[in-house]
Amino acid sequence: MKFTIGWLKEHLDTQKKDNEIIEKLTNIGLEVESFENLSSSLDSFKVAKIINAEQHPNADRLRICDVDIGLDNTVKVVCGAPNAKKDLLTIYAGPGSIIPKNNMKLSVSKIRGVTSYGMLCSESELNLSNESEGITELPTGKYSDKIGKNFFNSKTEKVVDLSITPNRPDCLGVRGIARDLAAAGVGKLKKISLKNIKNNGSQKIKVSITKVKNQGCTVFGSCLIEGVTNKESPKWLKEKIISLGQKPISAIVDITNYVMLDLNRPLHAYDADKIDKEIIVRNSKKGETFEALDNKEYKLGDDMCVISDKSGVLGLGGIIGGTRSGTEMNTKNILLESAYFIPRSIRKTSKLLNIDTDAKFRFERGIDTQSIELGLSKAAELISEICGGKISNFDIQKTDKHEKNKIKFNVSLFEKITGFKVNDNEIIKILTDLGFEVSKKKLELDLKIPTWRPDITQPIDIVEEIVRIKGYENIETLQPEKTKIKDTLNTQQKLFHFLQRSVASKGYFETVTWSFTDSKINKMFKENLKEIKIVNPISSDLDVLRNSIFTNLTFYLKKNLDRGFKDISLFEIGPIFKGSKPGEQLTVIGAIKSGKISRLNWNEKDRIVDVFDVKKDVIQTLVEAGYDRQSFFVRDKSPSYYHPGKSGSVYLDKDEIDPVAYFGEMHPNILKKLDIKTEGLVGFEIYMDYLRENKTKLKDLKTNFEYSDYQKSERDFAFVVDKSVKAQDLIEIISTIDKNLIRSIKIFDIYEGENIPQDKKSIALNVTIQSSEKTLEESDLEKINKLIISTVETKSGAKIRS
Amino acid sequence: MSDIKKIKDDYLNKLNNDLNVESLNQIKTELFGKNGKISNSFKKLGLLPTDERKKFASDLNSIKNELQDKIDSKLQEIETKEINSKLENEKVDVTLPEREFSRGKIHPVSQVIDEISSIFSEIGFSVEEGPDIENEHYNFTALNTPDNHPARDMHDTFYLDNNKELLLRTHTSPVQVRTMLNGKPPFKIIAPGRTYRSDSDQTHSPMFHQVEGLHIDKDINMGHLKGCLNYFIKSFFEVDKIKMRFRPSHFPFTEPSAEVDIGYEIKDGKIVIGEGDKWLEILGCGMVHPNVLKNVKVNPDNYQGYAFGIGIDRLGMLKYGINDLRAFFETDYRWLNHFGFDPLDVPSNYRGLSR
Repeated sequence: MKFTIGWLKEHLDTQKKDNEIIEKLTNIGLEVESFENLSSSLDSFKVAKIINAEQHPNADRLRICDVDIGLDNTVKVVCGAPNAKKDLLTIYAGPGSIIPKNNMKLSVSKIRGVTSYGMLCSESELNLSNESEGITELPTGKYSDKIGKNFFNSKTEKVVDLSITPNRPDCLGVRGIARDLAAAGVGKLKKISLKNIKNNGSQKIKVSITKVKNQGCTVFGSCLIEGVTNKESPKWLKEKIISLGQKPISAIVDITNYVMLDLNRPLHAYDADKIDKEIIVRNSKKGETFEALDNKEYKLGDDMCVISDKSGVLGLGGIIGGTRSGTEMNTKNILLESAYFIPRSIRKTSKLLNIDTDAKFRFERGIDTQSIELGLSKAAELISEICGGKISNFDIQKTDKHEKNKIKFNVSLFEKITGFKVNDNEIIKILTDLGFEVSKKKLELDLKIPTWRPDITQPIDIVEEIVRIKGYENIETLQPEKTKIKDTLNTQQKLFHFLQRSVASKGYFETVTWSFTDSKINKMFKENLKEIKIVNPISSDLDVLRNSIFTNLTFYLKKNLDRGFKDISLFEIGPIFKGSKPGEQLTVIGAIKSGKISRLNWNEKDRIVDVFDVKKDVIQTLVEAGYDRQSFFVRDKSPSYYHPGKSGSVYLDKDEIDPVAYFGEMHPNILKKLDIKTEGLVGFEIYMDYLRENKTKLKDLKTNFEYSDYQKSERDFAFVVDKSVKAQDLIEIISTIDKNLIRSIKIFDIYEGENIPQDKKSIALNVTIQSSEKTLEESDLEKINKLIISTVETKSGAKIRS
Repeated sequence: MSDIKKIKDDYLNKLNNDLNVESLNQIKTELFGKNGKISNSFKKLGLLPTDERKKFASDLNSIKNELQDKIDSKLQEIETKEINSKLENEKVDVTLPEREFSRGKIHPVSQVIDEISSIFSEIGFSVEEGPDIENEHYNFTALNTPDNHPARDMHDTFYLDNNKELLLRTHTSPVQVRTMLNGKPPFKIIAPGRTYRSDSDQTHSPMFHQVEGLHIDKDINMGHLKGCLNYFIKSFFEVDKIKMRFRPSHFPFTEPSAEVDIGYEIKDGKIVIGEGDKWLEILGCGMVHPNVLKNVKVNPDNYQGYAFGIGIDRLGMLKYGINDLRAFFETDYRWLNHFGFDPLDVPSNYRGLSR
C-alpha cells in the first residue's frame, strides 16, 4: 500500500515530523517497507526550452537541439520528434533519469555519430497521457519563467510503502491508515468533507440482485451521471495517481481509482449507454464468456458472481469489469457502482480464473459494508466537478442489512494476555479512536465493531488492538523459568543425533539436500516404492518426493566429481517417502564414498574403495550406537542399485524381518546412467525406524563386568569349503560349539587357487579359547580342537586343511 | 698395598681409553677372572698377618668396588654409544606427512538445530517432530487459516494431489496441532524441521528449516514470550546484550501477533548482532489463538500461551556469516568443508554452544 505524506495529511491533522509518523506506523503494526523521496525519481524532469534546433547531418528525421535547462550552458540533445522546434517549452530528462513509462534509465549516448545528453520527453513517456506523437508542449504563459525547475511539483512529497497484513483491509485506504495513527496519538482524524451534491431524479437503470444460494453480492449501490465529458484528469489527480506508481487513464477511471486508494472503497464505472436495459447481479452459468478489461476472454464456471444485463455478462463483480461496458473518452452517461461482495466468493472465483486485480485484493480481504454511499458521493462529487454531468439519486439494493457486530469485552483479559495493565479510560479512548462504539458496564465493555474491521470477531482481537496501539514496548520481559515437563529428546531423537555424528566421525561430510528429486534419477533407486509426484513442482527436474536418499547424493556426487574432487565421502540423514500421506516416511542415513583410499600417499599403497570399507562404517556405527555385534546377521540380499555380488544387508538379529542397513558397491549401471566417472563407488543406508530401542540402559549394562584371568590359548585352523559357504556361517558354527570356552574367532586368510579345487576355497581362522574357571590343560585344548574340526566338517561339509 | 694401588691406577687408566664391549670384557677377566689380578689379591689375604689383614682387605675391597663401578659405567657408556650410533642410522624425516586421516563434517543446519535444542533444553523445552507431508487441515485449517483466508496466499504451497488435500508442510506449526491433540497441557516444546514453499531465489529456497516453539500453561503471557525469546537470542548469538524489538503483525494462528527484529550493525563488512541502529527481522510469534486451542481440544478459558517460528537457516547465516541460502542445499564439497562442524563439536550447555 503506497501513499504520500501529503495525501495522509488530507485525513490526518498532525504536527509530527515525517520520521515520527514513519516510526509510529511500524510500531502499530503497519510495517513500513520503504519511505522514499518521490522527487528522487521525478526530480530529474526539468522544464526546458529549445534554444536552437538543426538538422542531424546523418539522419533525416533527427534534429540536434540546444536546450536551455536553466544552467549556464545549454545541453545538446538529439531528438526525433517532428515538433522539436526553436523556442518550444518542453520537458527535459537528463542522463540517469528513469523514464516512468518503460523504466528505462537514460545515459549519454551517441546517436548516428552525435552525442546526446539526455532526452526530451513525450507525455506518454511520462505517463501523463497517451500522447506519443512528439514531445510535450508546455504553455508559454505558465512555464516561461520556470526553465530549469522541476516539472513535477512534488518536491516535498515522500512516498510511504506499507506492507499491510491480510487482516487489515481498512488500511488499504489512506483514511484507514490515518485513523490508526490518530488512535496512536499522532494527530487528529479529520472529518470527511463532502460538498452537498445535488441529486436529481431517480436512477433510471433497474438493478436487481437475484436471490440464489451462494449469491456473492449482498449490496449493490449505484447512481447515474448523465451528460459528462470524459477527459484527461487534472494535474493534481494525475500526480496523485502517478505518485503511487499507477498510470492515469481518464478522469472517470482515475477518480474511481482515487476513491479506492483514499477510502478503500472500490468502485466501477459503466458506460450507461452500453448497458442493455438493466443490471442483474446473478450467478454465472457454466460456459458463459466475457471479455475483461485486461483484454482477455474468460470462460466462466457455475456460481460465479457476475454483473450482467439483458445481453449477458458485463463483468465479474468485485474482480474485473468487461470491455463491452467500459468507459471511454467519448462516454456521455455513466453508471457508477459501489457494491459489497463476499470475500469467500471473490476468492473462489479469482482463484479458479487466476485473476488478480486491485479490487479483488480488497474485496477478498473484506470491504467496509457501510461505505457504499460514501464511495458514491465522493466519486460523484469529483466526476461532476471535473467532467460535469447530472447526478441521479442513489439506488441501493440490499439482501443483507450488515449490522455492526457486537462483542462483550472483559477488561481483565488484557492483563491476563499481555502481562501489564492499562487503565479502563485509556482502553476506552483507544477503542473509540479506532472507531468502536463503547459502553461501559462494570467490568465489561459492550463494543460495537466498526464495519471496516472484518478481522475483529472476538475478545482476543480487542486485546491485540489495545496492545498494538499502546505499544509492544510496554510488555515486560519475564525471566524464563527452567521447569521441565519431559526429557528434551526422546530415544529416537537421541539415536538420530548419535548416528549423525557417528557417521560424520568416520570422515563423511554431512549434506542436506531437497526432499524432492528428479523422477528420472529417482526411478533408479525407488525399487518397489510408489512414485510420489508433486502437482506443482518448482522445476521439472524436482518433480517427485525422493524414495531414496541416494537420488540426490549421487546427483551431487557427480557435481563434485566434475569440480575435480575424486575421493568424496558424503552422507545425509533425513526423510524418504513411501506414500503421499502424513507419516508415510522413513528416516534414513544414506552415505556414499568414491575414489580411492590413500591416494598419492608416500607410505601407503592406494586402493579403490570397496564393499568392506562401507561395511566397516555401517557395523562400527551400529556398534557405537549400542547394538551388539555378536548378534548381527548379514545377508547377501540388497536393493537392485547395488552390485549384486558385492553388497549385503545387516540385521540386528538373525530373526529380524527388516534389515536395518544395506551396504555395498553401487551397480555399474547406475554409474553409467548418471555418467559418474570414478574408480569406485560404494555406499550404505541405515534405516533408523527399524533400529529397535535398546532395552538395556547403559547404567544397567555397566554393572556386569566379568573377566577371566586364566590363561588363554589360540589355535589356528584352515578349512577347505565349498565356495558357497559363508564365513558368517562358519563363525556361527564354531562359536556355538562351546560358548564358555570359545571367546573369539578371527578370520585371517581366504585363499582360492593352487592346491585347492576349483569350486572350493580355504578359510583360515584363529580361535581364542579361555575358561573362566581354570587354566586349561593340553588335553582340554586337544578335546576342543577336535570338537571344532569335527563339528565344522559335519555341519558345513568342510575339510580341515592339513 | 702398593701392588694393588698400582693395579688400580693401571686399570683406571686403561678404562679411560676408548674401549669396545670385547676389550672391556677382557679387562674384566684380567681383574676379576679366576686368575684375575683382584681375585688373586684376595687369595693373598689369608697369608697376611692379622694386623695388616684388616686394613688390606678394606683397601682391596674399595679398589675392587672402584674398578667395578668404573667398568659398569664404562659398559653403560659403550652401550649408549652403540645404541646412539645405531639410532643415528635409523633416523627418518619426521617432516614427511603423517598417515592419512579423514575428518567428517556436520552440516551447519544440523549444528544450529543442536544449538537451538541445547538452549531450549536449558529452559525446560522438549523436542517434538512431525511429518514432512501434511494434510491441508493440520497445515492450515486447524491453525485458524480456513480455505478462504488470504493468508494462504502468503504460503506458496507444494501440493501432492489435485484436490489440494495433501501437501508439503509450509511451516512447522502443524507440529503444534499434533502435539496438543496427542497430549494434555501444559505443553512446552520446540519442533525443528524441514519446511517447503515453492519459492526460489537468492533469499528463498523451496526447502528450508524452521523451529516452532510452543508454551501453553495456565498463565503464560506475552511477558513470558518476550523473556523466552530474549534469552534465546542472547544465548544463540553468544552475546551479553541484545537489542530486540517486538512489532505488531498478523498470523492467523496467533493473536496478538508480533514480528521480532534484532538490532545489528555492519562492522568491517561483517554483521554484528546486538549493536547498532539497523533492524533485522528474525522471527514471528504471538499468543496462540483461542480458535487454535479450541481446534485441539484445549480450553482457552483455562489455558493460554505463546508460539513462535524461527527460520533456522537464516539464524545460521547470521551467526556464521553465510551469505547465500541456496548454498546450504547445493552440496558443494568445498562449502561443506568450510562451513561444516567437527562431529565432536556437540553443542551443549556446560561446554558451550560453539568453540
